Amino acid sequence: MNIKLKIWRQPNAKSKGRFETYPLNDVSSDMSFLEMLDYLNNNLIKDGKEPVAFEHDCREGICGSCGMYISGRPHGPQHKTTTCELHMREFKDGDTITVEPWRAASFPVIKDLIVDRSAFDKIMQAGGFITINAGAAQDANAILVPKKNADEAFDSATCIGCGACVAACKNTSAMLFIAAKVTHLALFPQGKIEAEQRVKSMVAKMDELGFGGCTNTRACEAECPKGISISNIAKLNREFFVAKLKE
Amino acid sequence: MSKLNSKIPDGPLADKWTKHKAALKLVNPANKSKLDIIVIGTGLGGSSSASSLGELGYNVKVFSYQDSPRRAHSVAAQGGINAAKNYKNDNDSVYRLFYDMIKGGDFRAREANVYRAAEVSNLVIDHYTALGVPFARDYGGTIDNRSFGGVQVSRTFYAKGQTGQQCLVGAYSALTRQIKAGTVTMYPLRELMDIVVVDGKARGIITRNMLTGEVERHSAHAVVLATGGYGTIYYLSTLALNSNASAAWKAHRKGALFANPSFVQIHPTSIPVLNSYQSKLTLMSESLRNDGRVWVPKQQKDPRKPNDIPEEERDYYLERRYPAFGNLVPRDVASRAAKERCDAGFGVGSTGLSVYLDFRDAIKKKGKKAIENSYGNLFDMYEKISGESPYETPMRIYPAGHYTMGGLWVDYNLMTTVPGLYAVGESNFSDHGANRLGASSLMQCSGDGYFILPYTITDYLADDIRTPRIQTNLPEFEKAEKEAKDRINKLLSINGKETATSFHKRLGKIMWDYCGMVRNEEGLKKALVLIKELEDEFWKNLKVTGTNEELNQELEKAGRVADFFELGKLLCLDALNRKESCGAHFREESQTDTGEAKRNDDHYSYVAAWEYKGEGQEPELHKEELRFEFVKLQERSYK
Repeated sequence: MNIKLKIWRQPNAKSKGRFETYPLNDVSSDMSFLEMLDYLNNNLIKDGKEPVAFEHDCREGICGSCGMYISGRPHGPQHKTTTCELHMREFKDGDTITVEPWRAASFPVIKDLIVDRSAFDKIMQAGGFITINAGAAQDANAILVPKKNADEAFDSATCIGCGACVAACKNTSAMLFIAAKVTHLALFPQGKIEAEQRVKSMVAKMDELGFGGCTNTRACEAECPKGISISNIAKLNREFFVAKLKE
Repeated sequence: MSKLNSKIPDGPLADKWTKHKAALKLVNPANKSKLDIIVIGTGLGGSSSASSLGELGYNVKVFSYQDSPRRAHSVAAQGGINAAKNYKNDNDSVYRLFYDMIKGGDFRAREANVYRAAEVSNLVIDHYTALGVPFARDYGGTIDNRSFGGVQVSRTFYAKGQTGQQCLVGAYSALTRQIKAGTVTMYPLRELMDIVVVDGKARGIITRNMLTGEVERHSAHAVVLATGGYGTIYYLSTLALNSNASAAWKAHRKGALFANPSFVQIHPTSIPVLNSYQSKLTLMSESLRNDGRVWVPKQQKDPRKPNDIPEEERDYYLERRYPAFGNLVPRDVASRAAKERCDAGFGVGSTGLSVYLDFRDAIKKKGKKAIENSYGNLFDMYEKISGESPYETPMRIYPAGHYTMGGLWVDYNLMTTVPGLYAVGESNFSDHGANRLGASSLMQCSGDGYFILPYTITDYLADDIRTPRIQTNLPEFEKAEKEAKDRINKLLSINGKETATSFHKRLGKIMWDYCGMVRNEEGLKKALVLIKELEDEFWKNLKVTGTNEELNQELEKAGRVADFFELGKLLCLDALNRKESCGAHFREESQTDTGEAKRNDDHYSYVAAWEYKGEGQEPELHKEELRFEFVKLQERSYK
């Protein structure tokens, strides 16, 4: 098929970006979206032009690198699918596809489609862990965890840290990202001990880093490639208010 | 004196590690903060090493080419992590886990190392559980286990099909805590350019800041490599695209011996190549072979759709060739059999390089619901990639490069032949012999980082407490930095016509054709010539866009591909030298009458460790004889 790509080009953080249009012919419907970009880049290099910079690594939907806005949606039109899992058969011959980086003040553009997501690491450093040193753990079965809790914790823990929730949110809120971590750890007796401090620290860090608040538009849930439920945010709110009330 | 002193302690197998630990020196807490340690990589091996060394109070600097530690490729491991907990009461034990690994590795690993890996496996599970890794649980709240990879006990801990992701996020959270505590400094988006050796000891590294292009010097009292495997040498593999061999290769060039480079595991059930632009082969869990039947048409290049081919015109070649094991033959056998059929012209799909994995009969027998319960997520994943539903039409699969058992040679302390330079996890060679068993890679790299390296590196550093912080203005740093810059400039100045990716693809094809699942003398010799020719062409006709002083992905790729040429030649040399078949290494000249792998214990019961002798020079082979004191060598049989 033949398509037209409108891609955000920005040489570095300091310069202004703009859209460039690239017609691309003979695209196979079997190509993944990223392979289509590889193909474009190969053509660009042959023509002596700068290839489009984009992040990617595992190409099987698990490392969380390949965030980009595709035709107005984070990770493109297919539900619960990362950009690398998206295939060109989701598009039609003659389509114009717009490709942009995540748009959020807390994720500044580094180059073309690559943004700086180190804010997520900083939020994690604020409390996204259980305090225990190697060697201090008791036998893994010494603390029983109800299967229901373990399964729910798993669902929250499937977050891949891609940032689609922030990019999808009109407030650029990181609430779903934090809520998934807070919920995951609070569901375990091991993580419950620090739960109050954790939720307060992580929310405070989120605010400090310029992410917005949650106004329940549910865009994050709709666009999360791992289908993490907005009910995590309700749990986060409860954890947060309980912790604040105890102050 | 031999370069290779494995430092394996004497005494009974079960006492070796305990005895060895007791003799290791310590460093007092006040001195630890004056000692710097560099860790390269943030996968399970790197994160575990860095966080546990930080917890001990060392001053740790950790480097990764990812933007965040959580993206390292350990994240993609699916199936599980083994431990000898015996939670299922099925008579599992440390000894049994050890034995399964040593046998699974086709008796080409060290007994003492493998036993220790099994011994610390239980501590690893305890630690991950304490970190909040959501392992699957039973209704009573205890942790569940499953069986894996043909082993007779259920010792695999798992978190659905995301065990690697969940363990890595746990290890990342522990690392994160140390970063916040200030014991660990994280340097993301750094490409390792060189290891700096001062007075014979590893004392630092040269990195390239991938955002600015700045070439930087970093010093330490010791350096730890946790840089994974080199399966991407085949271009197409199950690995993440940025996985590369460069860090290990730089270490090799600086004196670290490279052991058993040709031991590469080819996984039989990957989604095949669908088009010439394909960049990645996605693994489909081998559990699918429990219910799927593997076949190809009896007619070469049969143009019909699979469902239109009648039963009598299908060749269920695994069932035909291996009636006892059928579709459940081991990974290496299944891989080789698929290749044989495709090479003979019976392969299916547009490229002719795939075979069918058919669930028709299983669905008929057990019902669609049962199959969906067992494999639903894998079927969805397959459909997303291929556009075909395995419920309706057979899956197409083909073998793909997966895991590298070979790696940097290390002694029992995980130290390479360069003093002060350590290698953990997949980047070392030590625990999997010629073939790795499923769910043992997460186990090994975590055990290395949490419970082995912190003890052994302390023993080394105990002699360094009077050594002040290493200065980066030493001539060795200056020289290494200049070499790194020269190399960058060389890559940028070729100004040819062909991209690094294109060269990588061509190298991958040579490696796959001549040093993949099946090897022979003629092919390996041919490959050595072809790689050399391609390498020469690379240095004349490479095209890299842009400059050094910016984020430049083409430049990153070019540097990695350049190292792959050199490593590729070593793989072929090693495969050529080992005139036996063992584990994943299959030499056509060494097979039984029925086409099975034939080991030669009299001549090849050794670790082949190669020494770099300089640009264009033949590497020198050093042999570490493997002594089996506790197990009896026997033929790996599954008939």
